[in-house]
Amino acid sequence: MTQKTYIQSYIQIENNEIVLNGESVFKIEQTDFADFSKQAYRHFEIQYPKFFKMDALSKLAFLGADLLLSPIVSDEKENNIALVLANNSASLDTDVKHQESISDKGNYFPSPAVFVYTLPNICLGEISIRHQLKSENSFFIFDTFNTEFMSNYSNILLNSNKAETVLCGWVELFNNNYKAFLCTIGTNENLKITNETINTLYNK
Amino acid sequence: MLREIYITETNCITPLGFDVESNIESILRGDTGIQIHNDISLMPNSFYASIINDEKINNAFAEISAETKYSRLEKMMILALEPIIKNAGVELNSKTAFLLSTTKGNVTALKDQSEESFKSAHLDALAKNVADFFQFQTQPITVSNACVSGILAVSIAKRMIQSELYDNVFVVAGDEVSEFVLSGFNAFQAMSDLPCKPYSKNRTGVSLGEATAAVLVSANPAAAKIKVIGDSSINDANHISGPSRTGEGLFLSIQNALKEAQIEAQKLDYISAHGTATPFNDEMEAIAFGRLNLQSVPVNSLKGFYGHTLGASGLLETVIAIESANSNTLFESKGFDEIGVSETINVIEKNENKNIEYFLKTASGFGGCNTAVVFEKIKHKLH
Repeated sequence: MTQKTYIQSYIQIENNEIVLNGESVFKIEQTDFADFSKQAYRHFEIQYPKFFKMDALSKLAFLGADLLLSPIVSDEKENNIALVLANNSASLDTDVKHQESISDKGNYFPSPAVFVYTLPNICLGEISIRHQLKSENSFFIFDTFNTEFMSNYSNILLNSNKAETVLCGWVELFNNNYKAFLCTIGTNENLKITNETINTLYNK
Repeated sequence: MLREIYITETNCITPLGFDVESNIESILRGDTGIQIHNDISLMPNSFYASIINDEKINNAFAEISAETKYSRLEKMMILALEPIIKNAGVELNSKTAFLLSTTKGNVTALKDQSEESFKSAHLDALAKNVADFFQFQTQPITVSNACVSGILAVSIAKRMIQSELYDNVFVVAGDEVSEFVLSGFNAFQAMSDLPCKPYSKNRTGVSLGEATAAVLVSANPAAAKIKVIGDSSINDANHISGPSRTGEGLFLSIQNALKEAQIEAQKLDYISAHGTATPFNDEMEAIAFGRLNLQSVPVNSLKGFYGHTLGASGLLETVIAIESANSNTLFESKGFDEIGVSETINVIEKNENKNIEYFLKTASGFGGCNTAVVFEKIKHKLH
């Protein structure tokens, strides 16, 4: 039997603004992503110095995940929250930086600290470490957010008991262009978000 | 009752051959694709890697298409898929998905700074080019989850079919040896200065490799080569560039996969492990296997034959392991000499016959990811 699943909470990050469950929770003047992410980190009083070592894609995914997961993750029990994220540019934002470090043979300095972020799923690792999630995780690439596949795949994880909750979403970032939409999906009925789907929320 | 899932077609394109049969012959002979290379367009110093000859790729591709627009990796992926799509006779309709798995795709395109070249470095563009060659009707799905990508794709395909979204999923996995990846592994000091030696005392790191592999995952038992009976992919939640010291994520992945398969760990006849030959990875695997009491189960790493083919490795090694099971032959873990992990494991030292009913495929990668999939041999009914 397939259980019905419900969106529990959702977050959007774009245009220097963070909107949580439809409500603007952080907004600043036009700036670049590095500054925006730093200011958001300070605004929400996140205590996690490793944040500053992350590449931009990981920072984006980390911020969205932190605001959704911090209220629901418990220290007392295992949190079976799967991570299913997708984007278009994979890790190209960092790939380009690594490529630059090897293109000029007279100035050949590949760095392990950069190279490790040339994989899009590293952001899943960062979120897993932060919230101690020993859970299912996979990173997908599409030309645009394939909301149908992503919600189907999340439902599969929930219905096959591979996860109790799924953090599902789109985390696109290249240069200073970024857009994140993340939501938590579970089997508890949520009266606050009833007729919405990932698709309708993402396209709002 | 969930649908039962099978792999019904397999193929691979590697330095050892452009079909499964020639790869198995090479493995049985003890050949390796790993050779020393002196190519300053790839690395400032000489290095060991398993690289496919360009001319071989182009000649083989010319036999199936006169198109010149495809990248080297796209040709390798099309070559892997072409015979199995032809042979399967599955209609490419709305119930047939195409799933591509890779870590770096066409990353070599970044060397050229044109806008067009940058576009082709996108993984969705790679997937679209390969999908359009065969005229798949469904939108391609790409998974990029570091070095577990290839085996994770099998598990994703299984789940998609079990949910009845699709009846058939063609899976292709591939990665190339590139300056991009060589320079990165070298910066991590993770490259072996000799052909890699998984699980050995004197192992010093990876040899990189390139390959593509393709399979058809299907709900249709006719022509089944193997049954996929359990799978799991659990993150270590420990470190982004090193494995967990306790093998926690791999341990949990195997435990979950066995639970879904409804078999005891002791039922496993063979483990096709990841075995990259870095000191930490191989040690971590031995610890995870030890925690599951898998010390005596024969285990190999195929990295000694193919090098580490990144996102291709999990699928390539599954293709080879299926042949191992169906011919009841354990293949040597090439490059192995003296045990060099702290926990006891049963590394296969030479090819030998053994009845294989159940086997396990595992992989682990950057970002703390791990995947385990359990396979069961098809029991042919007597008529």
